[in-house]
Amino acid sequence: MSHSQKVKLINSIIFIVLVIGAVFMIAPLLWMVTTSVKEKQDVFALPPKWIPDTINWIKYSEIWEKGPLLDGIKNSLIVALSVTIVGTFTSSLAAFSFAKLKFPHKNKIFLLLLAAIMIPYPAVMIPQFMFFSKIEWVDTLLPLIVPGLFGNIIMIFFIRQYLMSVPDEIIEAAKIDGSSYFRLYSTITFPLIKPAVAAQLILWFMGIWNDYLAPIIYLNSPEKLTLQLVIANYNATYAIQTDYPLIMAASVVALLPVLITFLIFQKQIIESVAISGVKG
Amino acid sequence: MKAKSNLYRKERIYGYLFILPPVLGLLIFTLFPVVYSFYGSLTDWDGLGSMNFIGFDNFKDVFSDELFYKSAFNTLFYMIGIPIGIVLALLLALGLNRKIPGTTTFRVIYYIPVISSLAAISILWNWAYNGDYGLVNQFLDLFGIDGPNWLMNKHSIKPAIILMTVWKGLGYTMLLYLAALQSVPKTYYEAAELDGASGFKAFRHITWPMVKPVTFFIVVTNIIGGSQIFTEINIMTPKGGTEFSSASVVFYIWDKAFGNLQMGYASAMAVVLGLFIFVVTLIQFRMNEKSSSDLAG
Repeated sequence: MSHSQKVKLINSIIFIVLVIGAVFMIAPLLWMVTTSVKEKQDVFALPPKWIPDTINWIKYSEIWEKGPLLDGIKNSLIVALSVTIVGTFTSSLAAFSFAKLKFPHKNKIFLLLLAAIMIPYPAVMIPQFMFFSKIEWVDTLLPLIVPGLFGNIIMIFFIRQYLMSVPDEIIEAAKIDGSSYFRLYSTITFPLIKPAVAAQLILWFMGIWNDYLAPIIYLNSPEKLTLQLVIANYNATYAIQTDYPLIMAASVVALLPVLITFLIFQKQIIESVAISGVKG
Repeated sequence: MKAKSNLYRKERIYGYLFILPPVLGLLIFTLFPVVYSFYGSLTDWDGLGSMNFIGFDNFKDVFSDELFYKSAFNTLFYMIGIPIGIVLALLLALGLNRKIPGTTTFRVIYYIPVISSLAAISILWNWAYNGDYGLVNQFLDLFGIDGPNWLMNKHSIKPAIILMTVWKGLGYTMLLYLAALQSVPKTYYEAAELDGASGFKAFRHITWPMVKPVTFFIVVTNIIGGSQIFTEINIMTPKGGTEFSSASVVFYIWDKAFGNLQMGYASAMAVVLGLFIFVVTLIQFRMNEKSSSDLAG
């Protein structure tokens, strides 16, 4: 067998292995979707039916009446949008300052911020909770929103990194022209960092959308819950009634927004995640 | 001269102004709570009444608390998934790094579990692990294996959760490896081939040294992330499993703090967890320094 034939054979074997792996990755998710459109007797059919006899979409209308799913979506959107929009502004402004402005102790402050990343949320959640309960913010969305408005250190880190590759001359020239510092950021710097900001914003949005620990600590009232808590409650409530199609339908709805965002921006997301590993 | 010093003064003021929000955020929402956690861990804080200083009593109790040891053991046990995930992800990345059709599609498919909400994924696997009708046992049935009722059995619950976390995290690790592999210059392999080294030899002497830093990054971030495992446990075993067989440290902290209002006791456990993560991070910095000086030398 010639060398190129050998390579071809190996590549075909690897391709098959990758396909099998992909089936394992995707099968549980497909099963989730098919369960959601099954009639009850098909759910418990043995052997399992991947494609049910009758496809029944009724659960996708029931989920809205069986619990505060719509409120959950609304709350998750409020939290994720307000945090990412305001937080991206504060983060990129700080990143600009760290990368392009001169002031004493700049690097020390930056290192201090970076060091704080290693403090895990469970180590601060109890005092944070007591603090927010003192000012009566428990069972509101505020404890989930307000800390994020001050910015995200990981985002600052990556935008700063990105800005380091932008030549200082552009900014120095504008400084001498007498542009205000905010204009330096908004009209000169921001357009340059847009792609980096967009990728980080999407990652952050997904992180908040999928967050579970902070919401479960702060939220109690059904109409205040975020989407992830709502579907967890569906799971706890309707599993007893073995209404798996309903649970799976609600979970599919919770997955879809992030999944669609990912499929649209997969190139940018995958690139920026890959960079994080190489730089880290 | 005066105009110039004025310019610097102005720049200084704006420089500080622009970094003020994250610095304030750090002080209010991280540093202050951390200090307060330390203080709270030395008190009998119950979240309602006063906080009385009790010295290291909480820590003494933590280290003689059977449930704490159980949850710590479980948390470490879950980390068996880290090397499994690393080996699988590296193999996948090596495969995807070849000239194979559909690499973009594969990357996307393997990455879907990563971006999916952990709550939804836990709910899905909760159902997949159902003893009678779950996907896992139906699959095992094809090979004549009669699977257990995974989440109800204290011996199978931890492997079940490990399998799920490996499945969910595989795409992320694979992606990091793929990026590292693509940064290896092709000329290295060409040179090796001229020297008659290929296959496993090339892997050992070129690929592995090149992906070592990212492996290290993956191990450390996985340990830090893994030591905070919570959502899966909370959704799949709301009570921490039969005989506390699935409860993690964060699950136990959460339960003590917000279920029993033993804030002081929970803070002591949070301090222990925080110190553990601190040490892991410190080791990472040390090793990183060492490996970069190795490269330089």
